[in-house]
Amino acid sequence: MKFAPHTDAEIGEMLSAIGIESLDSLFEQIPPSVRLEGSLGLPDGVSELEIVEDLRALAARDRHLDELVCFAGAGAYDHFIPAVVWALAARSEFSTSYTPYQPELSQGVLQVLFEFQSMVCELTGMDVSNASLYDGATALVEAVHMARGGERTRVLVSEGVDPRLVETLRTYGSGSGYEPEIFASEDGRGGAPAVGDDVAAVVVQHPNVLGILEPASELFSVAREGGARAIQVFDPLSLGVLAPPGELGADIAVAEGQSLGNHLAFGGPYLGLIAARMSDVRRMPGRIVGETVDVDGTPGYVLTLQAREQHIRREKANSNICTNQTLMAVAATIYLGWLGPEGLVEVGRRCAAKAAYAADRLTGIEGVSLLHPSAPFFKEFALRVPVPADRVVAALVERGFLAGVPLPREGDDVLLVALTERRSKEQIDAYAEAMGEALA
Amino acid sequence: MNAVGAPIRRQGPGGGGTILDRSVPGRRGWSLPPLDVPEAPVPEEHARGRRPGLPEVGEVDLVRHYTGLAQMNYGLDTGMYPLGSCTMKYNPKVAEAVAALPGFQRLHPLQPDSTTQGALELLWRLERALCEITGMDQATLQPPAGACGEMTGLLLMRAFHEDRGDARRRVIIPDSAHGTNPASVRLAGFEAVPVRSDARGLVDAGALAKLADDSVAGLMLTNPNTLGLFEEEIEEIAATIHGVGGLLYYDGANLNAILGRCRPGDMGFDIVHINTHKTFATPHGGGGPGAGPVGVKDELAAFLPAPTVRRNEDGGFSLDPGGERSIGRMHGFHGNVGILVRAYAYVFLHGADGLREVSELAALNANYLARLVGEEFPLAHPGMRPMHEFVATAKRLRDATGIRAMDVAKRLIDLGFHPSTVYFPLVVEEALMVEPTETESKATLEAFGEALRRTAEEARERPDVLREAPVTTPVRRLDEARAARALKLRW
Ligand SMILES: Cc1ncc(COP(=O)(O)O)c(C=O)c1O
Repeated sequence: MKFAPHTDAEIGEMLSAIGIESLDSLFEQIPPSVRLEGSLGLPDGVSELEIVEDLRALAARDRHLDELVCFAGAGAYDHFIPAVVWALAARSEFSTSYTPYQPELSQGVLQVLFEFQSMVCELTGMDVSNASLYDGATALVEAVHMARGGERTRVLVSEGVDPRLVETLRTYGSGSGYEPEIFASEDGRGGAPAVGDDVAAVVVQHPNVLGILEPASELFSVAREGGARAIQVFDPLSLGVLAPPGELGADIAVAEGQSLGNHLAFGGPYLGLIAARMSDVRRMPGRIVGETVDVDGTPGYVLTLQAREQHIRREKANSNICTNQTLMAVAATIYLGWLGPEGLVEVGRRCAAKAAYAADRLTGIEGVSLLHPSAPFFKEFALRVPVPADRVVAALVERGFLAGVPLPREGDDVLLVALTERRSKEQIDAYAEAMGEALA
Repeated sequence: MNAVGAPIRRQGPGGGGTILDRSVPGRRGWSLPPLDVPEAPVPEEHARGRRPGLPEVGEVDLVRHYTGLAQMNYGLDTGMYPLGSCTMKYNPKVAEAVAALPGFQRLHPLQPDSTTQGALELLWRLERALCEITGMDQATLQPPAGACGEMTGLLLMRAFHEDRGDARRRVIIPDSAHGTNPASVRLAGFEAVPVRSDARGLVDAGALAKLADDSVAGLMLTNPNTLGLFEEEIEEIAATIHGVGGLLYYDGANLNAILGRCRPGDMGFDIVHINTHKTFATPHGGGGPGAGPVGVKDELAAFLPAPTVRRNEDGGFSLDPGGERSIGRMHGFHGNVGILVRAYAYVFLHGADGLREVSELAALNANYLARLVGEEFPLAHPGMRPMHEFVATAKRLRDATGIRAMDVAKRLIDLGFHPSTVYFPLVVEEALMVEPTETESKATLEAFGEALRRTAEEARERPDVLREAPVTTPVRRLDEARAARALKLRW
């Protein structure tokens, strides 16, 4: 299978126009000693039909979420995606275009990104956003890099922040010269970060990795009184019902944006959301779209504040991001347009109600209890189960459920369970019954 | 040739405004089943007061609005997209279809391995194929784009040296390098040291030798380089860097030039990143997503980010949590898996023979087009044979007429084409960096060449049509200074 349109005759004409004999001549400048002898150790090409069969066979070996009823979360959630989202986002004018370097040919994607930035600001109650980052974990890294500077280098991270995020931060921090320092929570929430004048950022996830609602505004006051930036890791679909980062006093808010109309897809492509205060706009990473006018005074959109970015600032740039997750942002924009303010509230309301109901049902099983019984939670909660959590997961797969995500840091008997608007009472009841059977 | 007008036209009446301008209080697009469990409101002290200012629109409003915006956007399916360094080749539709199979699209990243054997095997096979193509031993598929691949590679370099008790501070990059290279170097905790290009447009081996000492952690290079030229002295360059204990990093942005012809691993590179959204035709999505897998030689494998996919003795596959020396994690989950599925489809559709042909025809197209336009827009480095892309210069035209590369680019739009990259690489004055890719036909190249030549004629005869271009697009040239001064970044 090939996509190059050349006929042999055309190749011949082109070679003679260039003044060479053969295609090999185009590679003569490669020293013979580094040329590949023979061909690559790969099979030869196949037809479209064969590749489809190959991939269908692989895909058929996965137990996907149309087969397993999903109660797993931990940063990636099985929310409903209405058909309109990808019917529009997958249009090839969006999906096959490059970064909008020529704005006159890219007003479509530029305007969608402007709308996306606007919606992220509306959701979070913050002033500015950007055209997306890679994912939630790397968005946290970028937020921390925005906050660090001068004497303020240390980064305090709540124990309630997802360990995968902390690990990502630690990895990038090993380059930039910081090590995230964890401050302890009490009974699953809160804590007392000691914010000295060498602290750049205090990071709080709300709702946290256990699904628990944090006393975020208190923690953020402590951060800000100490002169550090308060960074919140948030859940975008909680913001119909939960107070937004801007109201809680966050300086920078970041999130995994997958739940906004993007497929689970085994971990990506997702998108990182970031929003900040206007005073930090020049510290923001990545592409930012701004409105302006053309020479005739017609309004239009361009990439702006590019002097922050790697292609201009090079080694002085605060971030190296170039390619981002624009198409995921297009999907998120359409999804949020579909929901509107009322739908956003309805999704949040349903998540909370289903989680409360599921927790109630599951803790009715003997030996199953909430890890932190008195802590308020949103759509996710941690259970203590009477056998190792991975065994519960395996047993429930047999019964048609993805039961949740084991949280080994909290103990091998801890299972994190997530509910979305998508789960029906019937599914929750069946899940609780299956869990009861598996543990009996 | 007639002025055909921009490939993206002004829209008819009814356009304009954001989705919020279409909002009508009480209108709704969403629908959800009725709540079937007891209400459980979040505690008062955590509740949101004012609702966010999202639009209230119906589904038809959404469809009209975003269809209208799509129609104001130029994609590869619209036409040729000759952005140098970006490898904008045709994105096969079959790759979209297979990525949408529920067995890949409906998988949670934290499912037990026993339920994801197909996806894991796909990732493992892709990893093996990418190692074969680049001449590496092992790879990570986590990095979601090229720049993140660079960061990964540089952290690997750092870990490698530190593991030997050797804290090296400097990384050498050519003066023509892409901006992400120096930015990544700094973020990985190194100092970026530029090495100049010589008159041929190649790394100045003498200058490099002077810079190379035992403070050098490594060198970052593309080959062919950002000028589209093959670094013929790559073996000497590698010997110089290895000689002082440094490592060689291959920026895979230009891999499309050499598939099946030569491999970074055989040229002496120790670390490679691949941009699947260039070489392997995964669609760029208007700015992303991409994927930036990183391959390494065996001596660096212990440092790779975790998890990686392993094949077990029983023939099954699992996610390996990584050892103590792993640098950690570059992405929240396993990278842009949906994009990697598309890359897999592309790689195995083409196979060994097809990939080799890809590079042959990419180079044929670039050289043919360079020849067609060479008289008006000479190569920045005459006498050197470009590979899959070429850097021409509009310097002579500017000196003669005052018309700049950007004016040429904007006029190309009115003549029906997406322009090439302009003003990159920075080391070339009035650069026009053209990468036609292998999927454009001879006839398309000729039409583009004709349009480019016409801009030069017009520059001499009626330069105003270039200065005023484009005039047939939804908007004309935009005031970027105003955008940055009077910031309007949201509604
Ligand atoms: C030479 C070169 N290096 C690195 C990159 C960065 O890759 P990405 O945009 O995938 O982060 C690019 C992308 O344009 C490039 O052209």
